Amino acid sequence: MTVRRLAEVQPESFAFTPENQAWCEREMKKYPPGRQASAVVPLLWKAQKQNNYWLPKPAIEKVAEMLGMPFIRVLEVATFYTMFNLSPVGKFYIQFCGTTPCVLAGADAIKTVLLRRVGEQNHVTADGLFSWLEVECLGACCNAPMVQINDDYYEDLTAENFEKLLDDLAAGHPVKTGSQIGRVTSEPVGGLTSLTTLYGVDGRSGPQSIGASGVPQSKDKD
Amino acid sequence: MLDDKDRIFTNLYGFGDRGLKGARARGAWDNTKGLIEKGKDWIINEMKASGLRGRGGAGFPTGLKWSFMPKPDPARPSYLVVNADESEPGTCKDREIMRNDPHLLIEGCLIASFAMGAHTCYVYIRGEYISERDHLQRAVDEAYEARLVGKDNVHGWPFDIIVHHGAGAYICGEETALLESLEGKKGMPRLKPPFPANMGLYGSPTTVNNVESIAVAPTILRRSAAWFASFGAKNNSGTKLFCVSGHVNKPCNVEEAMSIPFRELIDIHCGGIRGGWDNLLAVIPGGSSVPCVPAHEIIDAPMDFDTLRDLKSGLGTAAVIVMDKSTDIVRAITRISYFYKHESCGQCTPCREGTGWMWRVLTRMSEGRAQKREIDMLFDVTKEIEGHTICALGDAAAWPVQGLIRHFRGEIEKRIDQYTANPHSDPVRITGVAAE
Repeated sequence: MTVRRLAEVQPESFAFTPENQAWCEREMKKYPPGRQASAVVPLLWKAQKQNNYWLPKPAIEKVAEMLGMPFIRVLEVATFYTMFNLSPVGKFYIQFCGTTPCVLAGADAIKTVLLRRVGEQNHVTADGLFSWLEVECLGACCNAPMVQINDDYYEDLTAENFEKLLDDLAAGHPVKTGSQIGRVTSEPVGGLTSLTTLYGVDGRSGPQSIGASGVPQSKDKD
Repeated sequence: MLDDKDRIFTNLYGFGDRGLKGARARGAWDNTKGLIEKGKDWIINEMKASGLRGRGGAGFPTGLKWSFMPKPDPARPSYLVVNADESEPGTCKDREIMRNDPHLLIEGCLIASFAMGAHTCYVYIRGEYISERDHLQRAVDEAYEARLVGKDNVHGWPFDIIVHHGAGAYICGEETALLESLEGKKGMPRLKPPFPANMGLYGSPTTVNNVESIAVAPTILRRSAAWFASFGAKNNSGTKLFCVSGHVNKPCNVEEAMSIPFRELIDIHCGGIRGGWDNLLAVIPGGSSVPCVPAHEIIDAPMDFDTLRDLKSGLGTAAVIVMDKSTDIVRAITRISYFYKHESCGQCTPCREGTGWMWRVLTRMSEGRAQKREIDMLFDVTKEIEGHTICALGDAAAWPVQGLIRHFRGEIEKRIDQYTANPHSDPVRITGVAAE
């Protein structure tokens, strides 16, 4: 349990863009008639994404109105689920996984970098670029330590490659999502130990490997 | 070691084509109609005969669970809900299924829904898995386009599959909390009974299954229950995805036969323990909820439900967290305690207050700022939390602490001795009651 309150400074109003409005209406149709309240989390999430990754009070009111729910029912959802940011965050919002499997793999070094470069948690840097938060297990434990920055996971971090990642983000350079040491997903480093009859030891030379180029699909930005 | 031909997740690492074409080449969607034509009783009996136990942690027989669904009633449609809210620390297997082999899951959803008379399936995926959600949605769209699923699909069983997502609450992995969340409420677990099979989503009969349990079903039915049951020890059959993290040389996900000895699992797939086998301290064999097992007990233990239960731990989700001798075990468990404090939904007092209390006491103990009698008090409190809450989060918070005290009491005492042996300028504030 954590105490989560709305930000003191709130914008006047919130409206979905026409595109997002249409998306929301499609989303509401996924549930049986009279059960539109089911769409509350997806709608709040869309509102948060549209509003620079944080959820203002007018957006909560808007979602309540769209779903025909009392404001308090939506407010309690917004404060219960920790992915809803109730106050502004940096352009690059870093969720740092600090749970035990990541700590065992060296997350403390990543936290040190964050404290030095970004400062305390929930604090946006002066240039507005970064803020960070220690979150609980993000479910990428075989690729620990890792962080999530906005929508993307960055895995297999070390203090060095994480610093470089932050430099590249700050400078606006393209960055690679996923593993920072060249793993495709969660296969063992240095060669497969299973599925080798399908993909070869390197994963790229077996009969089922994707194409001769061997470009792993995880590089797809999606 | 399991042969590749006996592996179900043939694109576990994403080296192959994740799309429908690739999935079909690897055997997915093969003769699905034929399986459905054999009827729901045949499917449920095969699932029972296969011995598949739920892969989400509790290990409840999947076929039996499916058989609990009541006869279809037009006024109360049945639902299948797939629990893809994978948040148990150490666990990262469903993620690979959803992004690399999503068609196995979708096909499993169709077959399971048919077997229990459901026409609608919701997949509840954790909010943080954004690209995994996109991958899965794309696969669902492909399946609709190919008329493999949908109102008027080639299999003759009208079926809709909807991908839904959460927003970062571990508790939503508990089946009734998941249903609450799916209904648009706070994810607070419901009292049982009524069980979801009678009153689940929107008050209708619902079965909630883990991603892996559903995704293995089509392959089991295609290859026969006897094939699946031929792996692993009796009552622990099948193949299983193991997520090995922590102090091994090469952490990875891997599909292996159940009951594989721990040493073999680590040596073959994970490059051994960091610093060699003598350097192993303890292992958490089933995700953070289960108690740790010290090195000498686990090294040659078969990794399955029954063996680990006998070691006073559990297979859970088969998320193996390995700790070598460099680990500060008290701190490691303290961090797990913090996790449960953070994720408690706050509904039941023993859990809401107890998780924070345990964490605060453990924080002091990890520094040595405690008295030795508090160790017994802490153990007693874990016993007061366990079994006294609506859902199993209270138990899950208590077990790792019990495991720590059971196996590493000496470590805590050593720290207390070290602390008290050294002069400190700040007063040590310890009262009779350990609450702060």
